This record gives sequence, structure tokens and C-alpha cells, in this order.
Amino acid sequence: MQVEEVKTAPIDMRFPGANQARHCYTRYLEYHKCIEAKGKGVPECEKFARYYRSLCPLEWIERWNEQRELGIFPGPV
Amino acid sequence: MENEFTSEILLTRKKTEQSKNEPKQMIVLEWLFLTIAPCDAAEPWQLGSQDAATPMMQGIIDLHHDIFFFLILILVFVSRILVRALWHFHYKKNPIPQRIVHGTTIEILRTIFPSIIPMFIAIPSFALLYSMDEVVVDPAITIKAIGHQWYRTYEYSDYNSSDEQSLTFDSYTIPEDDLELGQSRLLEVDNRVVVPAQTHLRIIVTSADVLHSWAVPSLGVKCDAVPGRLNQTSILVQREGVYYGQCSEICGTNHAFMPIVVEAVSRKDYGSRVSNQLIPQTNQIAEA
Repeated sequence: MQVEEVKTAPIDMRFPGANQARHCYTRYLEYHKCIEAKGKGVPECEKFARYYRSLCPLEWIERWNEQRELGIFPGPV
Repeated sequence: MENEFTSEILLTRKKTEQSKNEPKQMIVLEWLFLTIAPCDAAEPWQLGSQDAATPMMQGIIDLHHDIFFFLILILVFVSRILVRALWHFHYKKNPIPQRIVHGTTIEILRTIFPSIIPMFIAIPSFALLYSMDEVVVDPAITIKAIGHQWYRTYEYSDYNSSDEQSLTFDSYTIPEDDLELGQSRLLEVDNRVVVPAQTHLRIIVTSADVLHSWAVPSLGVKCDAVPGRLNQTSILVQREGVYYGQCSEICGTNHAFMPIVVEAVSRKDYGSRVSNQLIPQTNQIAEA
């Protein structure tokens, strides 16, 4: 893990308020849509991955990953 | 603030005049005092705010001073009129009271004057309120503070290269029996939140079960932890130090026993602290 490089998800003006739950969810969806379109390991998609990992609690990510594996994810992925 | 200056003065004194006459016990005591005493936590019988460590808290304290001025003005004025009226309304001293029912001038003055005072209060208040929401610069680090019953989990996920890897650790309060000399009761935790000073931070506060609140008075932060919601708050800690806070939303039987301790270190030390201290903690928890 690289600790010297300090970069995190930037402020997104689509989500100006205090509640960033939608921001986290949107980044997660963007990553998986990017993966479907371009495939895994592409740097543009990794950017979205870093953003959603910074914002979303681990619990949420794990639950969503499980739902996707089981095919019961409620979002457009 | 006093402690910062005291430590600076004592340090310079130590460097310039190394008195050979000073007994070693005194030096030890002074250093002990300096290491134990400085803490941005509540003092016994404290009346005012804790010392500010962020521009937000400094703004809040300044606003408080602005409003307090007008408050005292009104308090003295109203008390004087009230006491004077009561004093002169004695049945023997003034048996025939005046019966004044109207007075156009005084009525106009007592309407206009009290409507101007809230304007003087509103101007700095709104200035502070809107400055809170101003986006100055992107944050450098995102830290997630997740409330549980009755402990906290902190996640530093900016360094992840996969979903599984994450710098996560739990922060439990230290029970009274395990406290060491100089530690504060009900305020100490085993794993502190280490943050770099002089850096814009984004704190995402949420909860895994019931409502909690992440509050640190010195940093001017109080952010409710709502399950299903990621509340974002921005802070810029201006000086290094250790800052204490407590859970500020009733969350069950141990609501008073889940404090918050934020340790701000220099940017240079932050990297080494995270890799040396926090990563092994994460691994310990992962193995357990």
C-alpha cells in the first residue's frame, strides 16, 4: 500500500450536499459499467474503483459485491 | 493554546539556560507535566469553549464573542430597567404611581432598536454559516468513521488496490481500571484516529446500527452518524495535538463510553505512522 501518495475522491458537484451516499453508489455503478464496457484492469476504470473505495464503507461494498454475485443487485449493473 | 505557549517557552528556556543548579527531579516533573497536560479535552469546571484547532472552531468562538457582547448589552439594560422599576414601585415611597399608557417616541425607539441588534448578530452568523459550505479545495484524504454499538471503526481506504484490502481498525474506549496515570477517564481509546495536520480532510460519518454522532469540540465538528447515510464533513486541523470528543447522539446503554480521539501529526510523520502503527493494527484485527 502506497502511503506517500495522498489522493482521494474529489468533490463532485453532482452531489453538493452533506449526504454522499448517492456519490458512493454512483461511483460504484460507474466502475462496473466501465468494466462491462472496457474490461478489467483498464486505468480509467481503476480511477472509479479508487473513488468508490475511498467513499463507501467496506460493509456496503461487500454487500453489493455479494448481491451482484447472487444476481440480486438492485441497481442497473 | 496556553499549553502550546508554555511548552514553547519552557523549551527555549531549556536550550538557552541549562542551569546546573536545577535539580533533576524538577526537570523530570516539568517534562512529565508537558507530556501529560496538553490535551484538547474538557477541563474540570470549564466554562468556555475548548481551544480551537480548526478555522471552523475559531469562527464559532469569534461568533460567540460577537453575540455575547450584544447579549451583555441587552442583559444590563433590561436588568437595570427592571430593578429600577421594582425599586421605585414601593407603596410608601411612591404611593401614587404614574399612569402612562402611550408614548410615541419610546414606542418607535423600542421597536427600531431591537430590530437592528439582530442584524448585527446575523451578519457574522450568516458569514460563518455560508463559509462552511464553500468548497475551497479538494480534500487530500478521506477517512470513514463508522459508529457501532458501542465502539467506532475507522477506515482509511485511499490506499486500496482491491476491495478486500483496507486500513480498518476499531476504536474502543479504555475502561477505568486500565487507565494509566495522566489519562482522562471516559475519553481515552485504544486506537486513535491519526490525521495529518495542515491537510484538508474529508470525514465520512455513518453508522452500522443506530444513530450515533461524531463530535470533537476542539475541531468544531459534530456530525450525526445515520445508518444508510454517508454524512460528509470537511476539516483542516491547523496544529498538531490530540483532540478528544464524545458520542453525541443517544445510542443505548454505553452511549457515554464510546469517545473519539483524533491525533494530528505532521505531514512527514503521517506516512510513517500509518504504515508502522495502523497497518499492523489492521492485520491484527484481520487475523483475529
